[in-house]
Amino acid sequence: MTDTRADIPSVVERTRPVAAGAPVVATHFLGDTAVFVLGEEALLLVGKDGVERRVPVHGGAILAAACDGDRIVTGGDDGKVVATDAQGESTVIATDQKRRWIDQVAIGPGGAVAWSAGKQAYARTAKGAERVLELPSTVGGLAFAPKGVRLAVAHYNGVTLWFPNAQSAPEKLEWKGSHLGALMSPDGKFLVTSMQEPTLHGWRLADGKDMRMSGYGARVRSLGWTVGGRWLATSGSTQLILWPFQGKDGPMGKTPRILAPTEVQADVVACHPKQEVVAVGYSDGLVLLVRLDDGAEVLARKPADAPVSALAWSPTGSMLAIGAEDGAAGLVVL
Amino acid sequence: MSDKVPVTVLTGYLGAGKTTLLNRILSEPHGQKYAVIVNEFGEIGIDNDLVVGADEEVFEMNNGCICCTVRGDLVRIIDGLMRRKGKFDAIIVETTGLADPAPVAQTFFMDENVGRKAKLDAVVTVADAKWLQERLKDAPEAKNQIAFADVILLNKTDLVKPDELSEVEARIRGINPYAKVHKTERCAIALPEVLGRNAFDLDRILEIEPEFLGDDGHHHHDHDHHHHHDHDHHHGHDHHHHDGGGLKHYHDEDMQSVSLKTDKPLDPDKFFPWVQDLVQKEGPSILRCKGILSFKDDAERFVFQGVHMILDGDHQRPWKDGEKRESRIVFIGRKLPEEKIRQGFESCVA
Repeated sequence: MTDTRADIPSVVERTRPVAAGAPVVATHFLGDTAVFVLGEEALLLVGKDGVERRVPVHGGAILAAACDGDRIVTGGDDGKVVATDAQGESTVIATDQKRRWIDQVAIGPGGAVAWSAGKQAYARTAKGAERVLELPSTVGGLAFAPKGVRLAVAHYNGVTLWFPNAQSAPEKLEWKGSHLGALMSPDGKFLVTSMQEPTLHGWRLADGKDMRMSGYGARVRSLGWTVGGRWLATSGSTQLILWPFQGKDGPMGKTPRILAPTEVQADVVACHPKQEVVAVGYSDGLVLLVRLDDGAEVLARKPADAPVSALAWSPTGSMLAIGAEDGAAGLVVL
Repeated sequence: MSDKVPVTVLTGYLGAGKTTLLNRILSEPHGQKYAVIVNEFGEIGIDNDLVVGADEEVFEMNNGCICCTVRGDLVRIIDGLMRRKGKFDAIIVETTGLADPAPVAQTFFMDENVGRKAKLDAVVTVADAKWLQERLKDAPEAKNQIAFADVILLNKTDLVKPDELSEVEARIRGINPYAKVHKTERCAIALPEVLGRNAFDLDRILEIEPEFLGDDGHHHHDHDHHHHHDHDHHHGHDHHHHDGGGLKHYHDEDMQSVSLKTDKPLDPDKFFPWVQDLVQKEGPSILRCKGILSFKDDAERFVFQGVHMILDGDHQRPWKDGEKRESRIVFIGRKLPEEKIRQGFESCVA
């Protein structure tokens, strides 16, 4: 019911439009610099001063991106893994010998980087040692644990937990079905995957206990932790879905909180870094800022021509980057 | 809706000529640019930076249905290709000779992201005129590919005698009377016959008639002989004077089509529960289905189609003045319980 939101507070007028000129597939911040990851070839860096720079990084589609605040790592269909910093300096980290697509990338603590091509996952620590892990099926998602060099590799029928620097055999967490994305909780206690079906699966790592989070209308393509990891915010429904992770049992036996209902699909979520506020981007182009306390909503973008495809908060939470499938983009300066 | 990228699925048993057709599609001067998803690199003789290798990873869905499978690699690859949207006009998926086309087709209906950006155009099967009959006996995959097809290229016709050719064509008809069959040598065919078919587009379901019969009201008779399970038995020559070819009629012993019709209006409150229940129970054996329905007190034609358990349907357009309001459905599948389907369908009359 987006049309009834005419009377909610709005920050739309504080938006600085950005003409990305190509579909925005992800967005991140490197300090005060917003980075719009385009569907093909380049990153668009937008400084706080509004100066825009196109940085070419791949010779084709950009398939994956991850950011740790210092650099953004991208994987392309040119078989390259590229790291780019806020100055727009790019470095090729790896090139697949067979020029296979780099499907997934991740950045871990201490500068560790991981990527995957087909059924192989690769990890490289800051010291430069590169390791490879063979998986039973194509890698659907990669996520580092918040501490240490430990990588969760999602694939068909489960997740493999891998310590690339250790000799020990990888640990397997099994759950039937295709796992397409992975995320560790900030305290490292939980691992959540999004599945081919409209459902999330989770594990409590201490004992491997399974958690099923279902009831979605669509595949969950975007998920993130609110500040301190108290809630897991997710897309995949016509509302913002929030699973409680305050207790040691996570969301087991609990129902999710449901906020910001609309008539269209929520496609992207981004959690504010300092407050319990979630930005939600919908398939009609609408972006709402939702405060968890009381469910209050602020309009950040009016419905437009194309679905919202990317959202990110700056490290202090003073800026929100918005990107859409049609190349429309903007920076909301709060 | 209309800016969805069309996807053609190219199947065919080993050696039938898929790669020949693919190379033809890529090399002819049609001004179109194709992204191609292939299983083995190196077979394509054309330089194309939009060729992607696939793994044919068939994933089961966690919905309790063994036939609900998707091609996990396609979910990933189509998402990746769509980042370069505008660089190509259509996508061609080449499957291996042993592949089942169903998971490929189902990916477009089961994965909401793929379905939002791409649409299945048609399943095109290349069949080897010389060896298909043998393969139909020993390779269930080959039979699946014929049964599933919208368009069949009966290829290598230069390697068989005319009577062998009509024999193999009759075999194909016995399995799938609804596909468009083209006889080719070295896959020489006008590309509009295989591309841009809109075979899965509900708006294009115009009529459901076996391809080899005329459209002059001649009744096909495939449910008059469902009890004949001797698949060499041929009969009904005299029913076929319209097609001019004197095609024999074969009844394949494990893959058939069941076609039903009624001129009595149907009750939607009976039909939908029935068809849902039918595909729930018989989904694994139903490969394809299609229907045009006339509901009681409904001024519009309702059309539907399905792949295994997945059904897709909508009102299509108002019935025209003078148009015969007839409901017609067809199922193609393996060992279909024809009598049960017929009785169920008849009980849906309003």
